[in-house]
Amino acid sequence: MKNIAISWIIIAVAVAPASAQEYFTKNGHIAFFSKTVFEDISAFHNQVISILNVQTGEIRFSLLNKAFHFPKAKMEEDFNDEYIESDRYPRSTFAGSVDHITEINFAKDGSWPVVVTGDLLIHGVIKRITIPGTLTVKSGQISVSSSFRILPEDYHIKIPSIVSYKVAKSIDVTVECLYQKK
Amino acid sequence: MAQDTTDLMSKLENEQIKNVTKYAEGTFKTTRIVDGQSVENLHRHVLDVRISHRFGPVSSGIYNFFGLDNATMRLGFDYGITDYVMVGVGHSTYQKTYDAFAKVRLLRQSTGFVEMPVTVSVVSVVAVNTLRQFDSVKTHFSDRVSSVYQILIGRKFSDQLALQLSPTLVIEDNISFDHIRKSEFAVGIGGRQRISKRINFSAEYFYQLPEMKSPNSHNVLSIGIDIGTGGHVFQLHFTNSFGITEKSFITETAGKWNKSNIMYGFNISRVFQLK
Repeated sequence: MKNIAISWIIIAVAVAPASAQEYFTKNGHIAFFSKTVFEDISAFHNQVISILNVQTGEIRFSLLNKAFHFPKAKMEEDFNDEYIESDRYPRSTFAGSVDHITEINFAKDGSWPVVVTGDLLIHGVIKRITIPGTLTVKSGQISVSSSFRILPEDYHIKIPSIVSYKVAKSIDVTVECLYQKK
Repeated sequence: MAQDTTDLMSKLENEQIKNVTKYAEGTFKTTRIVDGQSVENLHRHVLDVRISHRFGPVSSGIYNFFGLDNATMRLGFDYGITDYVMVGVGHSTYQKTYDAFAKVRLLRQSTGFVEMPVTVSVVSVVAVNTLRQFDSVKTHFSDRVSSVYQILIGRKFSDQLALQLSPTLVIEDNISFDHIRKSEFAVGIGGRQRISKRINFSAEYFYQLPEMKSPNSHNVLSIGIDIGTGGHVFQLHFTNSFGITEKSFITETAGKWNKSNIMYGFNISRVFQLK
């Protein structure tokens, strides 16, 4: 019993400093846009969960697909029912790391261009991507932003031919997260 | 370290699920199962233009082009005032009927923060039979008005299957079919089963309480498929009812579900987001 207690204390001590390097948010913003000559579609999400470990550079995102808001109710319904199939695949996630995070001085205000590499999971399909972003430190607060493009077909999302002219082949995604310390 | 992040992530994810209410979406593909109302409501500011056709008995053969020569139709406009209140008006060839309805959703099936096993809506329909009467007896406007009240209890069991129970009260008009004014109870049961991503099988049946129903009327059974194309929904079906409004198909179905009475019909629904 005593040994177990001791090992718990050791674990607690070992983990504590590590978790102090973790920052998180529950209200990150992710938006995506599809632009064609026929129709512009945009969707917003403001309940994105994200975790950033400033020591290891580990970064994660997770969101419920159903919480994307579209300007038209029909778009939201089709997105959930037919494209992203959110009953089968409720979440989209990203797990990766920020390259060379040790070069960033988090004690000082400033903004740094960063490159993030990791696994993006959408619609049950995992794809390794590398995307550029910006990491900003302002009076002790850390935020990240990024914009990149994805192709629905990479994630086996089929757009029916009857509406395919209204949905762009590549979708612009933007990310904005302001973190708080754990 | 990575494990640490994973633990924190699952903690945050679980917290989020507990705090978010996840509503059942798309219990039915449109606001009707076949002809009867479903628990589905139009979203706010959505206009749904519905054109419903019913043809004559398929058994009438090539002379009637298998029923297509005697078509009746209903043209309807439905509108979502809010996400849970919708109204609609329509005109149907059968008995030259004008109808108007309102549907209010009271409960919505959900999981998460709010747990609710079923969606419950109430519907009220008023219809006016404007067919000229050649009887010597003078008919007043009030003799032509019928009304229908329904409670719809629906549940989406899975992506595949949704079922609905619809207790219905029909207050007849004084001139249609062989009715003298009276009220009637019926219980509707309907459902849909997904066949593919855009195609659903749907069916509905209304059971009229035997002691209340008109001796010449039969219970209506309609089966069909819904094909959704994003914006349009096509419903193709077979039924034994000639009428398309609630009062007529629930209580005035003249033929049994058999070879000589089955009719083909289809509905087209087109939605427009107005704001």
